[in-house]
Amino acid sequence: MRGIGSIEGCAPSIEHFVPQQYLAPDGSFDAARVAALGIPRELLMKLYRGMLLIRIIDERMLTLQRQGRISFYGEARGQEAAVVGTAAALGKSDYVLPALREAGAALYRGLPLRTYISQIYGNENDLTKGRQMPCHPGSRDARYVTMSSCIATQLPHAVGMAMAAKLRHDPVVIAGYMGDGATSEGDFHVALNFAAVYRAPVVLVCQNNQWAISTPVAGQTASPTIAHKALGYGIPALRVDGNDVLACYAAMRDAVAFARAGGGPIFLEALTYRVSAHSTSDDPSRYRDESVTAVWKSERDPLCRFRHFLRVIGALSDGVDSALHEAIEAEIKSAVVAEEAARPPALATLIEDVFATPTEALREQLAEVAAALPAHPHS
Amino acid sequence: MPVYNIIQAVNDALRIEMRKNPNIVILGEDVGNFGGVFRATSGLQEEFGKDRVMDTPLAEAGIIGSAIGMALYGLRPVAEIQFSDFIYPAFDQIVNELAKFRYRSGGEYPAPMVIRTPYGGGIRGGHYHSQSPEAYFAHTPGLKIVIPSNPYDAKGLLLSAMREEDPILFMEPKRVYRASRGEVPEGEYTIPIGQAKIVRPGKGVTVLCYGSMVHSVLDAVDKQGAAEFDPEIVDLRTIVPFDGEAILESVRKTGRVVIVYEAPKTCGFGAELSAFIAEKALLHLEAPIARVAGLDTPFPYTLELEYLPSPERIAKAIAETARY
Repeated sequence: MRGIGSIEGCAPSIEHFVPQQYLAPDGSFDAARVAALGIPRELLMKLYRGMLLIRIIDERMLTLQRQGRISFYGEARGQEAAVVGTAAALGKSDYVLPALREAGAALYRGLPLRTYISQIYGNENDLTKGRQMPCHPGSRDARYVTMSSCIATQLPHAVGMAMAAKLRHDPVVIAGYMGDGATSEGDFHVALNFAAVYRAPVVLVCQNNQWAISTPVAGQTASPTIAHKALGYGIPALRVDGNDVLACYAAMRDAVAFARAGGGPIFLEALTYRVSAHSTSDDPSRYRDESVTAVWKSERDPLCRFRHFLRVIGALSDGVDSALHEAIEAEIKSAVVAEEAARPPALATLIEDVFATPTEALREQLAEVAAALPAHPHS
Repeated sequence: MPVYNIIQAVNDALRIEMRKNPNIVILGEDVGNFGGVFRATSGLQEEFGKDRVMDTPLAEAGIIGSAIGMALYGLRPVAEIQFSDFIYPAFDQIVNELAKFRYRSGGEYPAPMVIRTPYGGGIRGGHYHSQSPEAYFAHTPGLKIVIPSNPYDAKGLLLSAMREEDPILFMEPKRVYRASRGEVPEGEYTIPIGQAKIVRPGKGVTVLCYGSMVHSVLDAVDKQGAAEFDPEIVDLRTIVPFDGEAILESVRKTGRVVIVYEAPKTCGFGAELSAFIAEKALLHLEAPIARVAGLDTPFPYTLELEYLPSPERIAKAIAETARY
């Protein structure tokens, strides 16, 4: 494994800063190196489907937002390889603590598409009962922890879960995701420090997409790479081309194995680019050179790169590809139709889950609301 | 029956629950090898090991943040914040994460845990070892706040807190940590969260208080002559959720209310109690509701006894309310 730090017992040096890569942006690859990864074809196709699913959902949700049918959306376009490649290396009993752009990991881990869409609509089918804006899914079954919108706050939780897993001697690894902006937050530093001190089985994954809304990564840190920050805490770090799904998967597989084997925490920086806006409330043309974005969006697109690879090795034909597209689009369409028609959560859910049992004061407040809404159709 | 102070009662509760429930873990600064700066966790690491009684790096956000993760996983952490004045680096983790986890996840990820923290003035601690920050947290939906005043309640309430399904902020009155002593039954017993206690029954004036102020109120009654107004002293014990029934029952009987708290007066928890009584029992009142509280200043060092509600100030308020 090419890494920085003690995973190979090597000191950091410039050559180790070069992100690990298997598929070059121009489509070339070393067949022997790729074969040595030992990734079965079935898994390659699963990775592709996971990436394609995100791409199509994001496009569809963006359209719905523009039509005023949903309130907000945060795309993961251009980051599909980093999301799916890393998620695919986790086991079923491992946990994911996501940031904003990892919903594809939840879907990959088995979160039903309708559950994802119901959260976007915040309707009665939403597992989280319409409590948060779109793009905040969560599910115990998928072991995908419901995020807040605050940055880096999930990282201490990831470390605490890993400490608990270690204390119980469970062979469970926790994946804590973050963006580059998160690495400036106090919670990032606190989390890395605790992880290292307790040798917690946690993989800290940074999707460095180089932009935190309008702030470029150079405005975020003077550290030569994000991965360097981990070294300061005594945590080994890996750095990969985040637009190469094979590199993301291979590095994450190594990292998860390292943590599961009792090696302690490990950091993975996936270098990618936010080719879209931060969210539907953002306009990046106001603050960055979109000709750079265009390069990332075309030549460096992770989905095109992987599709090309699959075609070259004969794993993906035009027929299979278009059938896959059609199946995904049909599934999304029927999910949107069903969830758009669903009702809002019942009024009584307003006071549920504040505590395990609503307090007298909450019941009184709900009654006050209900009394003023005699015609509320959902009470 | 043994006689304990509050620290010993807390220690006893922790030990009992740790023996009973393997999911209980303790974490905080200096809580392990040293047993805590107030000795509340003394001997626990010795008995339960470093895995279950963890000395942490010096970072409150890390203590609370990692404890939340442990709770999400299924452990029952009891985190200690060494002084409640130092809780603010963890404020975001408490109010935006811990308090909202069950709600924002639709019940998928509850995070039941206890945060123990000594609070309050009167120990020559100045700005940063004296604060009484309960109102910040009382304003946050999703947290329960327990503030015992004596060893018996401290043990029974802490045992309940460790068995609750909700996050609990357990604030310990450090001014009377050692001064408050009393008989504490051996073994297990619990006191329900959300239930007040009538410390002294009376018919003249309802005095609402909690934590160390219960002792200042008792001094006002026993040593400053306020007994002549036959006050009923109500120790709230839990401020979220507070025992509205017990408060109203007392207020309907006396028609007069004095509320005592040591935090700054404006927006202190007594303001909520005052509003509650005004909403629910205005027509039973014979006098304006009086509040005896800390000043709206940072907590002072030299003049701390002037800042804190003194037995004299409390007695005066009781007398004025009774005579109104």
